[in-house]
Amino acid sequence: MRDQRWWTWHIAAGAIILVFLGLHMVIMHLDVIFRVFNPHPGHPIEWANVVERAKSGFFMVTYIVLLGAALFHGLYGLRTILFELNPGAGLKKTLSLLFVVGGLALFVFGAWAAWASFQFAITQPAAAAAL
Amino acid sequence: MAATTIPTEVIFRIRRFEPLGNAEPHWEEYRLPYTAGMTVLDGLRRIKETASPALAWRSSCRMGVCGSCGMFINGRPRLACNTQITELNTNLVLVAPLPNFNTVRDLVPDLMPMFDAHIALHPHLLRDDVAEQYQPTGEFFQSSHEVEQYLQFSYCIKCGCCMAACPTYATDPTYSGPMPLGQGHRYNADTRDGGFKTRKQQLAGERGPWRCHYAGECSRVCPKGVDPAKAIQLMKRELVLDYLHLLKHGCPAKAMGKPTGAKRRDGIPDAPARTIAGAPSL
Amino acid sequence: MLDYKGRPNRLGIAGWLGGGRWGAERYLYTLHRLTGLGLLAYFLLHIFVTAARQFGQEAWQQSMARVTGPVFTLGEYLVFVAFAFHAINGIRLVLIELGFSVGRPIEPVYPYRTSVDVQRPLAVVVMLVAAVLVVLGGLDFFVLK
Repeated sequence: MRDQRWWTWHIAAGAIILVFLGLHMVIMHLDVIFRVFNPHPGHPIEWANVVERAKSGFFMVTYIVLLGAALFHGLYGLRTILFELNPGAGLKKTLSLLFVVGGLALFVFGAWAAWASFQFAITQPAAAAAL
Repeated sequence: MAATTIPTEVIFRIRRFEPLGNAEPHWEEYRLPYTAGMTVLDGLRRIKETASPALAWRSSCRMGVCGSCGMFINGRPRLACNTQITELNTNLVLVAPLPNFNTVRDLVPDLMPMFDAHIALHPHLLRDDVAEQYQPTGEFFQSSHEVEQYLQFSYCIKCGCCMAACPTYATDPTYSGPMPLGQGHRYNADTRDGGFKTRKQQLAGERGPWRCHYAGECSRVCPKGVDPAKAIQLMKRELVLDYLHLLKHGCPAKAMGKPTGAKRRDGIPDAPARTIAGAPSL
Repeated sequence: MLDYKGRPNRLGIAGWLGGGRWGAERYLYTLHRLTGLGLLAYFLLHIFVTAARQFGQEAWQQSMARVTGPVFTLGEYLVFVAFAFHAINGIRLVLIELGFSVGRPIEPVYPYRTSVDVQRPLAVVVMLVAAVLVVLGGLDFFVLK
């Protein structure tokens, strides 16, 4: 009965992902054309650049927001696709529970990783990170 | 319009299925001479007259207003009476029963699931003032702008072609489908109706438009131009605004009292006496 | 009423894929689903691969070493393409499913101009923007250093 609400959040999450994942894609994969948030020369996934972003509170917060929005959007989408294949009522309940539990578990794991990276990175000496 | 080559002979391949005989559906082929203006329905009738008296299908008006003859013709759901042989651009006509519905026999689909979903969404005016509905004192006021908001969706003939084209309904029988949802929106958008909250109890959940992902096929195949896809997206907008508490609920259109003090023009006779006992006199 | 319930005749998943006589928007719908599933699969793995950065440079470089190589680079480019399509088509879907760019209710006069026709220019623009992103990404991945 709550599809009205979940669907509204699904598209809201989509809009949030568009902004943040779009930024992430520009940083990571359009780095030669528009170089943003990659202060050190070299590939965006090299440690020097990674640690610069990990130090940033803005990045920690936005990674967590992106993680939550993307997990909700993706898992709700997968749930929709699976439910359209018409499983039985019991299976629907089980699947819904799996998605909620799995989604929360992944969110906790990812958010913890973002927080721990932030803690780790702010203790690193600036720009002395080995290139 | 480029001239289509007029065929001399039409080959019909019809998906036959006799539930009490062979259990499996199979194709059977019939050849007919082409006659000018021949529709698929004309072909079916000729086949029943000459070759196969047991061929079964539904049809009635033969002019595209009753919605009985929806079939899967050359890979698309169409009305048999509305489909000219020449518009198919081939002389091979494949006729199968409407998909996404159980086949009762030959070309006859079981449309009851569609109608059950339709009835569940209360496809009629829901108002609180029962007295006014049974003892009307006047007409409900509705401007032409208000009529436009639902008129297109009221042209639906319930043929089921949109349901056959819908990819969600192809896998999910619990989805209401474009026709019930389109008609639900037709009543929600009608200013004479006060039933949004009642319908919302169904629409907020699994019976709602949430499984529509705008493939747009329902609108492309609709023989009356009802555009159920548009109705469903407009319905989603209403429901999202309702969730955000931004939906303005107008009260249902009021009954217009008759104009008082208007003088009859000369030469117009009075109305005859009412024949229904107990009704207010005009 | 008829006791006989009839023989099932649903199209099933073939109904998602269409058969060549369906319109472009149906294919966009199918592609949106496929790219969504692909992105979700990549994303779930991505959470684990990138979580290594919390343990320092060694751990990070080990994790990255596991996902380098021409196969992985191509795979990442496909993820980028999937994102470009899914996100830009998603913008179109958000607009349409909130009732914009589908047109107002009109009096249907044959040949019918449905909401599919009204949103067609938007779909074309969306595909062009996605194509530009795909090309830019291709340059960045494979051509420019």
